[in-house]
Amino acid sequence: MSDLVSSASTSDVPATPRLRGTVALLVPAAIFLAFALAPLLVHAGLDPFYLSIVVRIMIFAIAAVSLDLILGFGGLVSFGHAAFLGIGAYAVGILASHGAGDAFLQLPVALFASAVFAFLTGWISLRTKGVHFIMITLAFAQMAYFMMTSLSAYGGDDGMTLWTRSTVAGSKVLGDTTAFYYACLGALILSYAICRCLVVSRFGRVLRGAKENAVRMEAIGFDPFRFRLVAYVVSGMICGLAGFLLANHTEYVSPAYMAWQRSGELLIMVILGGLGTLHGAIIGATAFLFLEEWLAGFTEHWRIVFGPLLVLVAIFMERGILGAVTRRRR
Amino acid sequence: MSEAILDVENLNKSFGALRVTDDVSLQVMPGELHAIIGPNGAGKTTLLHQVSGLLASDGGTVRFGGEDITGLPMHARVHRGIARTFQITSILPGFTALENVALAVQGRSGSSFRFFGIASREQALNDEAASLLDLVGLAARADLGAGTLSHGEKRALEIAIALATKPRLLLLDEPLAGMGHEESNKVIEILRSLKGRYAIVLIEHDMDAVFALADRVTVLSYGRVIASGDPAVVRSSPEVRAAYLGDEAA
Ligand SMILES: Nc1ncnc2c1ncn2[C@@H]1O[C@H](COP(=O)(O)OP(=O)(O)OP(=O)(O)O)[C@@H](O)[C@H]1O
Ligand SMILES: [Mg+2]
Repeated sequence: MSDLVSSASTSDVPATPRLRGTVALLVPAAIFLAFALAPLLVHAGLDPFYLSIVVRIMIFAIAAVSLDLILGFGGLVSFGHAAFLGIGAYAVGILASHGAGDAFLQLPVALFASAVFAFLTGWISLRTKGVHFIMITLAFAQMAYFMMTSLSAYGGDDGMTLWTRSTVAGSKVLGDTTAFYYACLGALILSYAICRCLVVSRFGRVLRGAKENAVRMEAIGFDPFRFRLVAYVVSGMICGLAGFLLANHTEYVSPAYMAWQRSGELLIMVILGGLGTLHGAIIGATAFLFLEEWLAGFTEHWRIVFGPLLVLVAIFMERGILGAVTRRRR
Repeated sequence: MSEAILDVENLNKSFGALRVTDDVSLQVMPGELHAIIGPNGAGKTTLLHQVSGLLASDGGTVRFGGEDITGLPMHARVHRGIARTFQITSILPGFTALENVALAVQGRSGSSFRFFGIASREQALNDEAASLLDLVGLAARADLGAGTLSHGEKRALEIAIALATKPRLLLLDEPLAGMGHEESNKVIEILRSLKGRYAIVLIEHDMDAVFALADRVTVLSYGRVIASGDPAVVRSSPEVRAAYLGDEAA
């Protein structure tokens, strides 16, 4: 890859965004095309159950992409990202239980609540670094988790079952499997596009710079905290969107959505796919959920195999699946 | 005599029981090159950290252009016109040389809370960055990853980054450290070209460079100013020779 850069050094555009070059366009295009065409396989005789898995993959891919925005580009290891999944999901569940079942209300509330939670927790946690940041994000997510387990009005430990999916301006369109499938795909593409746009913008360049060397960024006049906070809020909102979709997909809301294990799984997805690429997060979510499904089909003790497998990936594929596939280094 | 652009008064800093900056006062005039010398561990870098805002002071004041900036963080001081380099080179190794400088230009040209558009293609930023790279002799290296540059080139890049913030005061922490003779001469030439156009605080162990460039020299020893003034006078001061130059000559 570095050959590519130096040989083209005479032209106008600096190398950082081009480093990923065509891969950055082709890989996501191929991924989205595959998702778009997958429902056709059902007509070809595939068990529709698999489509439900793909919907789940797309939803977690949104969450993973949002995590990659702050982790892969901001260097912020959030161990509490599942909190936003829960916030988005509970926005649906709580409002529905009060008779407000329309997405035009639920979705803005989900996004707003995620933004507020991100802003408040980010304001505090982003003042810490490294292990402390990991611990404090975990702590905030656990607070949200325990709050929901204790709120018996909204199901407490047992969670709450939704009687129907959110309506869209009164229409029950999301109840249709295919429509919901494409709504999730649309949300994934939109989330990806927002993040892609952010990371190459002026804002994203500062965020990436602060990940590499925060002191250097301060020494040229940037306050990394402000940029990280904005990124954290955007990331939390996108993950809140995933939570909104997750509640509608499962038609069920539970504190388990924000358990620390979920946050850990999101981290694994991003790292598995390859940090700092955005589409790597989608690949990671796909691989993770397929593996989980596949191994669970063999044995109920699938976790015994899954754990070591992840360790092997971490050891042998330093740059994740995407890195292993696109490696062209000397 | 004109107003000092930098006025440091009775500055203090301790690390635990160790007093690293001990009641330091010094002034830098506009356009003046003020060298700070002193043995290893004298507290030169710490003083620079305090002036640039990387480290908070325990006591004393730092005034810049007449304004008390003692409580300001580093990024706010940059916008007032203070730029610095580091003893241990501090660049963004994963960005190109050009982008390292362009980011610093970006820092003072409009808001960086812009979420659309591709920053690396902003011509105005890149043009200005390119001319600064040219100034420090790195024009041909613009599109290389900064991490792949030689040590000397990285030091020069750091100076270009500092200049890109359009400073009125440059703080340079041992810009010649770890350089061979040839590289070192190049950087001395760069410094010579900057002299007079910026107020400069130069920390340096290379005495030939210091006495060739400095308008004024301040000597630190154990966190204290033991001498300050005209280079020739400082050089011949017995106290300074004992503390520092003496063992250098031996
Ligand atoms: N963060 C810190 N914590 C504790 N002690 C420190 C810290 N930074 C510096 N010191 C100590 O303060 C003293 C002054 O250090 P400083 O780096 O300012 O010296 P210096 O004059 O720049 O030396 P050199 O010429 O080697 O660069 C040294 O004794 C050093 O060990
Ligand atoms: Mg030093």
